[in-house]
Amino acid sequence: METTNKTLYTITIFSENTVGLLNQVTIIFTRRGLNIETLSVSASALEGIHKFTITTFSDRETIVKIVKQIDKRVDIIKAYYNTNEDLVYQEIALYKLSTPKLLSLGSIEDIIRRYNARILDMTEVWVVLEKTGHYEETQALFKELSEKIGVLQFIRSGRVAITKSKVERLSDMLAAMEAKLNRTSHN
Amino acid sequence: MTGSKALLEALLHEGVDTIFGYPGGQAIPIYDSLYDYKDKLKHILVRHEQGATHAAQGYARVSGKVGVTVVTSGPGIANTITGIADAMMDSTPIVVIAGQIPANMLGSDAFQELDVIGVTQPISKWAYQVRNAGEIAWAVARAFYIASTGRPGPVVLDITRNAQVSMVDYQPHTVDHIRSYIPIPDMEPENMAEAARLINEAKKPLALVGQGVILGNAESELLAFLRKADIPAASTILGLSALPSDEPLNIGLLGMHGNIAPNLKTNECDVLIAIGMRFDDRVTGDLTKYAKQAKIIHFDIDPAEIDKNVKANVRVLGDAKVTLREIAQLLKENDHTAWREEFKSPWEREIQSVIRHELYPESGQLTMGEVVHKVSEATGHQAILVTDVGQNQMAGVRYFRFSHTRSVVTSGGLGTMGFGLPAAIGAKFGAPGRTVCLFVGDGGLQMTIQELGTIMQSNVDIKIILLNNQYLGMVRQWQELFWHERYSETEMNNPDFVQIAAAYRIPGRVVEVREELDTAIREMLDTPGAYLLEARVDPRGMVYPMVPAGAEITNILVGG
Ligand SMILES: Cc1ncc(C[n+]2csc(CCOP(=O)(O)OP(=O)(O)O)c2C)c(N)n1
Ligand SMILES: [Mg+2]
Repeated sequence: METTNKTLYTITIFSENTVGLLNQVTIIFTRRGLNIETLSVSASALEGIHKFTITTFSDRETIVKIVKQIDKRVDIIKAYYNTNEDLVYQEIALYKLSTPKLLSLGSIEDIIRRYNARILDMTEVWVVLEKTGHYEETQALFKELSEKIGVLQFIRSGRVAITKSKVERLSDMLAAMEAKLNRTSHN
Repeated sequence: MTGSKALLEALLHEGVDTIFGYPGGQAIPIYDSLYDYKDKLKHILVRHEQGATHAAQGYARVSGKVGVTVVTSGPGIANTITGIADAMMDSTPIVVIAGQIPANMLGSDAFQELDVIGVTQPISKWAYQVRNAGEIAWAVARAFYIASTGRPGPVVLDITRNAQVSMVDYQPHTVDHIRSYIPIPDMEPENMAEAARLINEAKKPLALVGQGVILGNAESELLAFLRKADIPAASTILGLSALPSDEPLNIGLLGMHGNIAPNLKTNECDVLIAIGMRFDDRVTGDLTKYAKQAKIIHFDIDPAEIDKNVKANVRVLGDAKVTLREIAQLLKENDHTAWREEFKSPWEREIQSVIRHELYPESGQLTMGEVVHKVSEATGHQAILVTDVGQNQMAGVRYFRFSHTRSVVTSGGLGTMGFGLPAAIGAKFGAPGRTVCLFVGDGGLQMTIQELGTIMQSNVDIKIILLNNQYLGMVRQWQELFWHERYSETEMNNPDFVQIAAAYRIPGRVVEVREELDTAIREMLDTPGAYLLEARVDPRGMVYPMVPAGAEITNILVGG
């Protein structure tokens, strides 16, 4: 993966909830040969509007072009990009481990405390740990567990992110659009 | 009424009068309804669905209306892909309507099922699957609104069979806004003032005219803008005919086979004013050496075009008709005679090194340029030019002259061979009162030659000028110049084209010698209806000037 000199950008997209939207978004990355690092899609704070959060390594110039091309799609309401500094963001990871091996470490408490992880479920055979955090944090736990006892299964979610500014910027935009529509229909 | 009848009502509601199409299993209900609408909706039966899309494009380009295509599912819609992609590249408003298998069978690999949305989404402005009759009126209204507003483009409607046959209470629907879609971005007054300031201070301004001017019906605003500040203007291929050829401020064609003067001056001007054009690589050549000395003002309706290829110092977002008018009010009356005089010597150079031999050769075989030039003259420069792709296209756009806007139909962005013949058919339906002249190569004609059948069946009056050089000439030209004259697979062993036309009851003749050219052209224009004039031109003919691909735009070959 070419990530040298590239920054991790988070692209946020608000869209109508129509069939095939994800495809419309991903083909724009495909055309420019960009890998999507993480992706999550969910309802936004505004009813009927979906929110995509996509992370990708790129340079600013490319990101600006990509965001404009996404924004241009008819069903996309608004797309913008941020770097990590502008965002509060989080990922979640689950780790399935062998119970006997975990116990063989001696103190489970130590690892749970150090990583601020928690046990989600447990049998005599396996344990599932959960940890939320940034990539580096969930990765550090993965590394330590892999080296010491091995990890049976591992999964990390896509990034979810919220901008540090107060409201979802979309609400301003929708209000402006509404105002403009009223203006034109009164003319 | 049935969904398919509702579809036709919705088309009528959008002002549609002509459909280019081809029936098949999953479109039979639509065709059955069409049987009762013969007096209101003219259906032109093409010979291949690619032709239906190109015809719709030709219709749209000359008329400014949305072109409409109806096809069946699976192979029918698959055959339209080239036309949809072409319309996307060249911002042509068309609506392609395809029948689809019944909704309850979707995803089962049913006979003639194709994932139409998946396939067409990347190459269309909007693609939507209609799965019940109740959605038809809404979907059609939305399709036409999206295809025709803002930066126009192709829209695909995939209508499942059950939606066509089930009953619906049809109510006409109109769409005049979509909340997630901004067809015309807000104007930015500070930028417009800044653009006016740059233009007012410019000593050597140069305007680049793209198709955006034509799509935005901004021809007269452009002319007033240029005249007020005395700005010379050159055009892209798709921008041709926005300005009449004889307009003194029109200083020619840009790009790879454009005129020397505007290409050279692009790298000498102090303010470059791009209007509704997208700095295609065939226009700019090497971007790292493109207009570096100039301040760049970019007018566009599509914000995604700003800074895409060339960074703009000032962007002017909005509808060119309005932005040109408003900025013109801020412009000083100006006189750039000295600067305009500077275009004369490179023009003279081009006339001496290229144009003279091309248009007025004294010996040797016919050239493409002289044929184009003579046809243009014989039509009083009033005709619509349609071209295919290759040398014939470049000769056409270089030497045909225009008196009216919307007079050029050619495949620019995609460069689709086979575009010409069906596009010319569509152009005739879009502008029935005008003469349509198609210039086409021996290669490209054979890519959609079956549309001669459409011409026969629908009595389409177009003049086909086949520039037969017995080669895939443009590829041959590259092989000669850049590939050591290794003519790999470019020589054509051609059929007797006049006989083929005759089989479709289209009259025609061959012209091979210069002395007969005028009479042959006269004969073509005087013959009522379609005509094929096969001009046997020099197989070694080259299109000059030429800027090699990727070279600096001032690196111009003139041959000889
Ligand atoms: C569908 C398609 N296939 C291939 C090409 C590549 N191509 C561009 S020009 C050209 C030669 C065209 O030959 P002809 O139609 O005889 O026109 P000429 O250049 O000789 O005037 C070819 C093969 C293309 N543009 N489109
Ligand atoms: Mg040829």
